[in-house]
Amino acid sequence: MTGHLRSWPIVLALSVASAPLVLMYVYLFVDTVTNAPPGSFVPNEFTLEHWSFLWHTPRGRPSIWRVTLNSLLFATSTAALVVVISSMAGYVLSRLNVPARGFFLAGVMVLHAFPAITLIVAIFLVLQVVGLYNTLIGVILVKAAIDMPLGIWLMKGFYDTVPWEIEMAGIQDGASRFTVWRKLVLPQVKPGIFALALFAFLLGWGEFILPQVLAPGGDVQVLSVYLASLIADDNNFDMALFKSVGLFYMAPVLILFFFFQGHLMNIYGGGTKG
Amino acid sequence: MRILLDKFSKSFGDVRVIEDMTLEVNDGEMLALLGPSGCGKSTTLFAICGIHKVSGGRIFFGERDMTDVPSQERNVGVVFQSYALYPHMTVAENIAFPLRIRKLPEAEVKRQMEEMARLVHIEELLGRRPAELSGGQQQRVALARALVRRPNVLLLDEPLANLDAKLRLEMRSEIRRIQLETGITAILVTHDQVEAMSMCDRIAIMNAGRIIQIATPQEMYRNPRTAFVAGFLGNPPIAFLDAVARDGWLAVEDADIRLPVPPGTRTPPDGTPVVLGIRPETLGREGDAPIRGRVTFVETQGRENLYDITLANGSVLRSIQRVSDDVSLNDEVEWRVRSDQIFVFSQNGERL
Repeated sequence: MTGHLRSWPIVLALSVASAPLVLMYVYLFVDTVTNAPPGSFVPNEFTLEHWSFLWHTPRGRPSIWRVTLNSLLFATSTAALVVVISSMAGYVLSRLNVPARGFFLAGVMVLHAFPAITLIVAIFLVLQVVGLYNTLIGVILVKAAIDMPLGIWLMKGFYDTVPWEIEMAGIQDGASRFTVWRKLVLPQVKPGIFALALFAFLLGWGEFILPQVLAPGGDVQVLSVYLASLIADDNNFDMALFKSVGLFYMAPVLILFFFFQGHLMNIYGGGTKG
Repeated sequence: MRILLDKFSKSFGDVRVIEDMTLEVNDGEMLALLGPSGCGKSTTLFAICGIHKVSGGRIFFGERDMTDVPSQERNVGVVFQSYALYPHMTVAENIAFPLRIRKLPEAEVKRQMEEMARLVHIEELLGRRPAELSGGQQQRVALARALVRRPNVLLLDEPLANLDAKLRLEMRSEIRRIQLETGITAILVTHDQVEAMSMCDRIAIMNAGRIIQIATPQEMYRNPRTAFVAGFLGNPPIAFLDAVARDGWLAVEDADIRLPVPPGTRTPPDGTPVVLGIRPETLGREGDAPIRGRVTFVETQGRENLYDITLANGSVLRSIQRVSDDVSLNDEVEWRVRSDQIFVFSQNGERL
């Protein structure tokens, strides 16, 4: 018991230090389902009016469900693109003796470190020219391309841990290189693929700047842009609505983390071995 | 199927690993490629199965030139040192994989897979995954997977290196039994002379990228072509002793030893320095030439004792004898050598 006694000052200090954070989260939730009299922090009535955006679309705004669908489409499509392409590119960079392999590896590394935001003007112009400005496809392609270096590097790390002999055995058993990859190697990096898919989905779900700049229109808005437009609207300023939408936006992320945090850890467990 | 390597060469970049090697493996024969690490034996193996492209020369399976045929079409069964089983598949799926790749009908796949599982005695393990098997069982699965498509040749890359001593003994005879039962041509790569001698019909001993000698295990043991071969075969190993030719005898002058030239050996001219190879079993209580020395090491092996005896000039010879209690450490002994069974090598290691 002495151990517990000795640690209580630390526990107290940490509690005090983190109390503001906890309070913020508590109020984020409490404020969405209550009203408080002006000037007071203590709520005096329970209400669902702040959640009315779910069943009633305010004038001049897109429907929340339309926006949520856009967000889902955006996040799943970028995740799918990133996973499919990185799982192939990572294999090639890990195993095949392609020309300029070192250049590609270094290039991927540089792109990973490159702040994508500096490209935004150029990307904007390119999308304008090819006619993908203000479309979901356009912004999905851009987001996938920006996430790709991380994905490729990560998958290469996972492939590097698969023993060569398994591939040699597959070749000797008569399988083509593609079959070897699909049937023998890919199952070995399943944890990596799962982790990358989750990671890319979360990155897509949380992305704000790219959709804001490249796809701001009402039909293609995603949740983050919708949320930002709420706070930017000076005429109907509604803090409680903003918090409710924020909570709504956050919920899928919390759920994913809750169920799959073990898989996300894989990124650090398996991916760094490369 | 007969395998022929014709003037086969392999280099990696500027490093020449193997040069102009010619090797023929007869149909149904099991041949060992024996040699120390880095002698090119695994390189040879990987060239035969097509993982490495050859830099020169040709490879024939039977009459067919396989030099430029891709691995997938060579139909070579390989058992890797790590077994390389597919971890996400069950034993049954592992064995059936080569058949499924060939798109055989499912009933046929099942029949052949089960037949092969019976041959290697793993019928009751078919539903397990590789991680749930012991080393010996994994080895059996790897053998079954390599053999199930009836390959032209079976290649074994240090197949016993990952097993413990007892299993190694068991798998040694098992691999040989399966090879004889299927009548397949097999090449075993190993650095362990006991494996090579006990499992194979012939041994090709390699050093630094070339084959030094090809012979049956017994012939190679009795009649090594070079000091390297003599030193590689036999456990406990042969001991070497510097000597000179003197008046038709072989003399170790500073140790007061005179040995007659063994029959079949060319008598070197007077004063030629030579190297004598004396196996531990040829030095003991019986023989014709006396050797005096001091016992500096005794190792009990149960049925036999292994002695090191140090001669007057500091050289060490080994002797293996039936266990007896009359010799102990630091005793001065006078033992005898069967001089007709010693080997005489020139200074560069060639047998005289």
